Amino acid sequence: MDLVLVNLIDGLVTGLLLFMLSAGLTLIFSMMGVLNFAHASFYMLGAYFAYQISTYMGFWMGLLIAPIIVGIAGAGIERYGLRKVHQYGHVPELIFTFGLALLIEEVVQFIWGKSQMPYEPPEILQFTLFSISGNAIPAYKVFMIFVSIAIFLALLYVLTRTRVGMVIQAALSYPKTVEALGHNVPLVFMGVFGVGTALAGLAGVIAGPVLGTFPGMAFLLGSIVFVTIVIGGLGSLWGALVASLLIGWITTFAASYNVAMADVLIALGFEQPVDLSESAWRDLWSLTLPQIGPILPYLLMVLILVFRPYGLFGKRDV
Amino acid sequence: MSDTASNNGTAQRGGSRLGAATPWIVSIVILAIIPFVFTSNSAITIMNQMAITIVFALAYNMLLGQGGMLSFGHAVYMGVGGFMCVHIMNYVEDYSLPLPLPVLPLFGGLFGLGLATIVGSFSTRKAGTVFAMISLGVGELIAACSVIIVAFFGGEEGVSGDRTYGLPFFGIEFLHQIEVYYLIAFWLLLSALLMFLYSRTPIGRMANAVRDNPERAEFLGYSARWVRFFSFCASGFFAGIAGGLFAINYEILTEENLNLVQSGSILLITFLGGVGYFFGPIIGAVVFTLLQTVLSLETELWQLYVGALFVATVMYFPGGLAGILMMHMPAIRMGKAGLLVMPYIKTVLPAIIGTLGLAALIETIFHIRHAATGDEEMTLFWTTFNSHSVLPWLVMILVTVTGYWLTRRNLPELRRAWHEANTIDGSPS
Repeated sequence: MDLVLVNLIDGLVTGLLLFMLSAGLTLIFSMMGVLNFAHASFYMLGAYFAYQISTYMGFWMGLLIAPIIVGIAGAGIERYGLRKVHQYGHVPELIFTFGLALLIEEVVQFIWGKSQMPYEPPEILQFTLFSISGNAIPAYKVFMIFVSIAIFLALLYVLTRTRVGMVIQAALSYPKTVEALGHNVPLVFMGVFGVGTALAGLAGVIAGPVLGTFPGMAFLLGSIVFVTIVIGGLGSLWGALVASLLIGWITTFAASYNVAMADVLIALGFEQPVDLSESAWRDLWSLTLPQIGPILPYLLMVLILVFRPYGLFGKRDV
Repeated sequence: MSDTASNNGTAQRGGSRLGAATPWIVSIVILAIIPFVFTSNSAITIMNQMAITIVFALAYNMLLGQGGMLSFGHAVYMGVGGFMCVHIMNYVEDYSLPLPLPVLPLFGGLFGLGLATIVGSFSTRKAGTVFAMISLGVGELIAACSVIIVAFFGGEEGVSGDRTYGLPFFGIEFLHQIEVYYLIAFWLLLSALLMFLYSRTPIGRMANAVRDNPERAEFLGYSARWVRFFSFCASGFFAGIAGGLFAINYEILTEENLNLVQSGSILLITFLGGVGYFFGPIIGAVVFTLLQTVLSLETELWQLYVGALFVATVMYFPGGLAGILMMHMPAIRMGKAGLLVMPYIKTVLPAIIGTLGLAALIETIFHIRHAATGDEEMTLFWTTFNSHSVLPWLVMILVTVTGYWLTRRNLPELRRAWHEANTIDGSPS
């Protein structure tokens, strides 16, 4: 039972982190119809910028400044890169963001090198907040949870309760009409892109110290973020939240419970072959849950696409 | 290699049968004699790699260029075909079956086709972003499975075979690289020809129609989904052939043949070469393989340059290298290409020099940041200098700025010449 609680907290941290990335991605997608392949690269940039700033001005300034820089960089890329490619259609846009992801990874390696950066949580949060039957829960994890929830609430407030949010929502469905009413829709697009990338940057700032700040971090998370928004339903903020938490918990629980496939198969009434190394099914028999944990999100995505193509909460058919 | 027929169907319509065959005959001759020009072993290795990449890139372009479907997981079909071929190789060796090596890629192709049929049944419902994402998910899924399903994928170390498994094919045992080269060249020609002919069939034409306007194609009575499905299957088949060739050439396949890096680089190659023309991916594969082998020997940063080149291509030349080449066709046809030569020299040469200067700057910065402390000497363009002193910096900045400034200054002239070369004089004949 205690282990369940610890896993629930760990999964919550992973899930909320995923949500910070997927929220921006899904907003950008529903607005411009372009999937930003480089979204996780902005997350990586956030971590690296924050590390660089923290060496001069400490963690908190990094937390404040790095997302802003990432957001400005994102808005600039939208203005001078993506908008240029937009005229060629969606597929070249996707290819552009893919190239951007490659380029950002190379640039990061060029500036900071290939090794992991010694980016640490601030001293103030380096203590054990409480422990559940011997499993220490560091204060930083709780801090991460609070930051993510605060971001989610702020996003929800801005999108549903403010004038800017109304314009954004209107621009999502009827960009032409909103433009005719006198709003600068390209500016709104640029703003959303900037805020979305800034959110990814913020996720990088707070995740960097825990998950490690290294050039492969974008690649590790990148495809999972895509899976998340497909499962949640493209363009749905609630879907992104639910799918993020789902994936966070699935991967965490799968990693910590060592259920062997052999036990399951025996329980189902199959007989274990005497000589496993000769059997064609030897891989099936030797499987364990932690082994297949990392592929579960992809499996879930394929199943969702086959049986419910518009995702859990999505309205439009993918 | 010098195929002038575009897949847009404008060229060759009135040309004679011989005219249409010329590029293929030239290709055959080039492929046949090129090992006598570059005889070293490493050259043949590079050419083998190039040929395999060409087959794969052409297969990929059946989707991207001709069908308008962007796949982020296409390495899977090549990889799985290759894995199957290695397994068949091992079976044939173990049970001494009468299967000659040269037909092996066919099995790779069939296996790629099988997998593409399964995946395509649900992934081709929509094109564009959705297709791209499904392909990414499926690609990642299969790549991740490769570490788990050890029986087929061999886990971390992959599976390896031996192509010299008995049963000589007309006395050839494929012990030497050169024999393998001719085998690969044969398959390259055969699959390139088949892919070209496929693009001329009604289904290939419909793939173009569905790419450009799926709604209209549906109104004409064609199911866009089925057309996409057929393109996808055909592409999977030829990707599988490329995988089979890979298996024969390298005799080993690992997880690296399946993952996103591989899928991404084939996208890069195809787009760099140009997706609008049938021969675009061929140029892309040749250029990329050369860049990869030559540039990676010279500098650690080659991926940075390739990445920058790719992004620049997407932004400024969405037609790729083939697109740039074909842009000049009207001028050449009017016999006015000569007008462009001088302006080109005046703009492109300084641009190249400026870019080299910029690259030198980047290399020097990289050296300062990442070389061992105390190591201040570096060699660049056959010159050894101290990277911490001021003079080399001044020289490099000067070269870069002057190069780009000259390009900028001469650009209007090129624009004028371009306009001049592309307008018909006086009275149109």
